[in-house]
Amino acid sequence: MGTQKFQAGVKEYRERYWDPNYTPKDSDILACFKVVPQPGVPREEAAAAVCAESSTATWTTVWTDLLTDLDYYQGRAYAIEDVPGDDEAFYAFIAYPMGLFEEGSVVNVFTSLVGNVFGFKAVRSLRLEDVRFPLWFVTTCDGPPHGIDVERDKLDKYGRPLLGCTIKPKLGLSAKNYGRAIYECLRGGLDFTKDDENVNSQPFMRWRDRFLFAMEAITKAEAETGERKGHYLNVTAPNVEEMYKRAEFAKEIGAPIIMSDYLTLGWAAHSSLSRWCRDNGMLLHVHRAMHAVIDRNPKHGINFRVLAKLLRLLGGDHLHSGTVVGKLEGDREATLGWISLMRERYIKEDRSRGIFFDQDWGHTPGVFPVASGGIHVWHMPALVDIFGDDAVLQFGGGTIGHPWGNAAGATANRVALEACVKARNEGRDIIKEGKEILTEAAKSCPELKMAMETWKEIKFEFETVDKLDVAHR
Amino acid sequence: MSEMNDFPSRIKDPASRRLGTFSYLPGFTEEEIRKQIKYVIDQGWDCAIEHTEPEFARLHYWYMWKLPMFGETDVDVIMQEIEACRKANPGHHIRLIGYNKYRQTQGLSLVVHRGDIPQESTTETWMHLKTKAPDWVLR
Repeated sequence: MGTQKFQAGVKEYRERYWDPNYTPKDSDILACFKVVPQPGVPREEAAAAVCAESSTATWTTVWTDLLTDLDYYQGRAYAIEDVPGDDEAFYAFIAYPMGLFEEGSVVNVFTSLVGNVFGFKAVRSLRLEDVRFPLWFVTTCDGPPHGIDVERDKLDKYGRPLLGCTIKPKLGLSAKNYGRAIYECLRGGLDFTKDDENVNSQPFMRWRDRFLFAMEAITKAEAETGERKGHYLNVTAPNVEEMYKRAEFAKEIGAPIIMSDYLTLGWAAHSSLSRWCRDNGMLLHVHRAMHAVIDRNPKHGINFRVLAKLLRLLGGDHLHSGTVVGKLEGDREATLGWISLMRERYIKEDRSRGIFFDQDWGHTPGVFPVASGGIHVWHMPALVDIFGDDAVLQFGGGTIGHPWGNAAGATANRVALEACVKARNEGRDIIKEGKEILTEAAKSCPELKMAMETWKEIKFEFETVDKLDVAHR
Repeated sequence: MSEMNDFPSRIKDPASRRLGTFSYLPGFTEEEIRKQIKYVIDQGWDCAIEHTEPEFARLHYWYMWKLPMFGETDVDVIMQEIEACRKANPGHHIRLIGYNKYRQTQGLSLVVHRGDIPQESTTETWMHLKTKAPDWVLR
């Protein structure tokens, strides 16, 4: 140092940014990208380019490089791997030193990692597959306002998944009729109902009217059943002042839970809302509208496991995770992988579930995964088997579509759920004996019998678009 | 298509009150309770017993029956304690809890004996409605 001369011009990125001998430090942020380079660009050069553009470099050397300790601040592409079953793409592993990032700022980390580099000409497509957040970074983020265990304590609900329902039709109900639909679901045995993601404050139902009618529905259903209930009041709003106004009102009327769309609301706004929730004892349900724009293309964008991890850092008590079964996209093993990343304290690298790095969450609380979309009573054994107890299972059509109405639909779901959990605890194989278990339970529950007759034949069997990378057979 | 059923739950009917996990299934037989206790023990959780006057079932804190039975793995012993608690507290709800100390929460909680909920407790329910509902609702 101090002896280096400035040489203007364009250098090959790999001269500085490709370092196969580098051993990542515990304090580094690690990223795995799936890269498809432009034809003729060697893998090492493409990996180094991604590394350079997402850390310290610009397209040409600049004299001011010599005023800093670039050897410290630069990222390092330290490994390259084949993508199983794909001849054009490869995985590039990149390490970033801790000094590059602002403590506690998910926004800052991703402005680097998925910033300009995604429009970079040297790569044809680029996907961020996984990020390892070092413990120092994890502990500088707020994390979930309450987490799974505290939510269970607050609600006094143990030993089973929670049950919810998104009120349908998505749009167009008046506030009073909407409250009716909520009340019917809750008195039938659900724990929660939910605003749809795009229910904000439209002319057909302004937010304040909705909040008040929902609260009356919750209160009466609680009095009737003796159980604690909630409705996710969506406070996603055009600006943060409005968001806080709605959240404050939800608190004022005694609502236990609110919700936000973290991707459309924006990460900084969401993070502030999550902090407000912790300060005000409010549970926070998080919807992921827009995620498929970012995560569905297997060759470009950001894998959902990364979006799930960053939500756990930003803060949220529930996050939609996909159902595996049902109407929406979701590869089974990959979904199991990010469910672990949402709930557990320490997750080991496991390529069979798409997990590229060990991830230590320290004592950051876990987030409830939410399974929602096209599920009904017949899916219950599979859902209990896949998700275990720590999940929220949400049946929209599968509750409100019951021929006798929401309350009957809710009871059918609650009975089916409890029957599956009971059977699992007794050591029975709930997948193999699923039909038997439900049929048995339906003997003392006409609502369940009716639900089983109504939905027997409905299946969603399209191939998943975003699958885990596996070798061709 | 069979006939449509009306949904029978009523504020005035104490039988409409639910009591958490498994309370939508028919009451468990002794054999079924034993299997759930065995599940709790097999998870490495500690069993505990709590009870309450039915009209106060909504509160988080019920009365503890003695202390949690740390390290107790004999289903018979736990069944005997449930029975002792029931005898000492006639008419109370009794629940079995599985404490998961690693998660610092309860892995399972189920009501193993349901007391009769007095009709007067619907007055308490009504008071709950009046205190919790937004002012304008019940005026």
